[in-house]
Amino acid sequence: MNAPPVESRVRSASPARARRAGAGREASVLYDAPGPRARRTAVIVSVVVAVLLVAAAYLLVYRPLAARGEFTMAKWGPIIDPGNENFGPLWKRLFTGFRATLTAAGLAIAASLTLGTGLAILRIQLKAQRSRRFTGLAAPAGYALRALAWLLRLVTRFCVEVFRGLPVVITIFFVSTVLPGIGLNLHEALWYLVVGLTLYNMVVIGEILRSGMEGLPGGQREAAAAVGLTSFQVTRLVLLPQAFRIMLPALISQLVVVLKDTSLGFFISYEEVLRITTQAIQILGNPIQLYVVVGAIYIAVNYTLSKLAQYVQRRLSRGRRALAAGATPPVALASQAEAGGMSL
Amino acid sequence: MNVLVDNFDVFAGGFWVTLQVCLLSTAGALLLGTGAAVLRISPIPPLRWMGTAYVTVIRNAPLTVIFFFVAFGLPALGSNAAFLDIPGLNKVFSRLGIDLPYFRFAILALSVYTGAFVCEALRSGVNAVAAGQAEAARALGLTFTQNLRYVILPQAWKAAVVPLGTVLIAMIKNSALAGFFGLSGDLSQAAQDLAIVKALPVVPVFIGISIGFLVMTVPLGLLLDRVERRRAVAR
Repeated sequence: MNAPPVESRVRSASPARARRAGAGREASVLYDAPGPRARRTAVIVSVVVAVLLVAAAYLLVYRPLAARGEFTMAKWGPIIDPGNENFGPLWKRLFTGFRATLTAAGLAIAASLTLGTGLAILRIQLKAQRSRRFTGLAAPAGYALRALAWLLRLVTRFCVEVFRGLPVVITIFFVSTVLPGIGLNLHEALWYLVVGLTLYNMVVIGEILRSGMEGLPGGQREAAAAVGLTSFQVTRLVLLPQAFRIMLPALISQLVVVLKDTSLGFFISYEEVLRITTQAIQILGNPIQLYVVVGAIYIAVNYTLSKLAQYVQRRLSRGRRALAAGATPPVALASQAEAGGMSL
Repeated sequence: MNVLVDNFDVFAGGFWVTLQVCLLSTAGALLLGTGAAVLRISPIPPLRWMGTAYVTVIRNAPLTVIFFFVAFGLPALGSNAAFLDIPGLNKVFSRLGIDLPYFRFAILALSVYTGAFVCEALRSGVNAVAAGQAEAARALGLTFTQNLRYVILPQAWKAAVVPLGTVLIAMIKNSALAGFFGLSGDLSQAAQDLAIVKALPVVPVFIGISIGFLVMTVPLGLLLDRVERRRAVAR
C-alpha cells in the first residue's frame, strides 16, 4: 500500500472524517468537551444508573433465578466443570453442531456468491440489451430477440422481488417440502437448508453487486467500450471487480446474515448447533445455561465478522478517497450495508 | 388452485395475525430503538456503553436464539409477558390479553431484536447530518438537547427513513419465525398446518403464503426505492 497523498491525509483530519472514522467518537461533534459541571452530572447520572441497574438485575433476574436453583453446579456443571461426567460428551456434541453450522454456512455462502455474481451479470447484461435494436438481423428475428430480452428481464426481476420479499424460514420450509414432492429428494436436511439459504442470499448478493456496478461512474463503462471491449467483457473485466471492491463490507455483513440464518436449519431437523443444544437440554435439563453459552458463542463469532467488515470499510474508504472524491457509493449501497446485519 | 380458494379464510386470518404482530412489534422496536439511539449519542459515557452493549449483543445473536431466550427465560423469571397486556391496546389487539403467552412472546422477541437495528438506522441518520450543522449550533450556544431538537433531528430523520424502512421490511419477514414458536394462526403456522397436518398440495399453499408476505414487503420495498431515488436526485 502506498502512503495516501497529503491532500487526503489533511482531509481525513477534518471533523466530518474523524466523526465517521470510529464508532465511539462520532457523537463528540454534538456536544462540547465536558466542563466541571458536566463532569459532575455525568458522574451522578452514572452512579444512579449503575445502582438502578444492579438493583433491577438483583431483584428481577438474580433472585427468581436463584430461587429456581439456576446457579447451582447441577445446572452449570456439564458446561464448565471438566470433572463432570457430561462435560466431555456435551462439548463434543456442541463441537459437531458448530461444524454442521459452519458447513451449511460455508456451502451457502459459496453457492450464493457464485450464483449471485451470475445473477448480477445477467441483470446488467439484460439491461444493456434494452436499447439494442438488433439492426444486423431480419426484422422478425430482431423483434423476437427484443421480446426475449424483455421477457427475461421481467422473469429475473420477478424472481428477485419474490425471493427477496419472502422470509428465509418460509423459503427453507417450502424447499424441504416441495423438492421431495417433485422427485428431487436430496436425502439430507443439510442440502435443503443450503438450497433455501442460497435462494435468498444469491438474490441479495446479486442486488448488492448490481447496485455496486450501477453506482460506478459512467466513464468506466464508456472508456471500456471505447477501447473496444464487448459488453460482457466490460462487465467482467471493468465493472465487476470494482463492484466487488466497493461492496466488500456489505458482502461481509451478508456473511453474518448467512451464519445467523443457518440457525433456521433447526426447523427442518438439520443437526446444527441449536438443534443439538435442544437435544442436550432434554437430557441435562438446563435450558437457560446452555442457551446463554451458545448465544455467547454466536455473538462472539458474528461480532468478529462485523468488526472485520468495519475494518475493511475503513481501509477501502481511505483508499478510495485518495483516488477520487466523487466515487463515494450512492445512498442505495449505504442503506443496504446498514441493514446488512438484519434478516435474522 | 382450489386449495387457494377453499382455504381463503385461513390465509386471510393468517395475514391478519401476522399483520398484528408486525404492527405491535414495529411500535415496540421503534420505542426501544429510539431509546437505545438516545443512549448511544448521549454525552454521558456509561449510558453510551449501555446502548452499545445492547446493540452489539442483539445484532450479533440469531433471532432464533432470542426467541428461545424469551420462551425459556421469561417463564423462569416468573413472567409470561403479561405487562404487554396494555389496557386500551388489548381492545384492538385482543390476543394481547389471552392466556397463552406466545403472541406476547413473539412481539417481545421481535421488538427487542429489531430495536437494535432501528437504533443503528437512526444513528446512521444522525451521522448523515453534516458535521458543520452541529458545530454551528454549538457555536451559537445551543445545549445538547436543543442542538438535537432544533438542528440535528429534523434533518436526521430524512436520512434515516430509508434504512428504517429496510429494517422494518426485514422485521416483517422475521415475524414468520413466530409461527414456529407456538403462535397459532399466523401465516407461517398456517403454512405448516396446511402443508403438513392437512397434507394439501404444497405448491398452492406456498403461493398463498407467499402472497400474504409479499403483499406487505414488496410495496414497502418499491416505496423505499422511490424515496431513495428522489433523494439521490435531490443531492
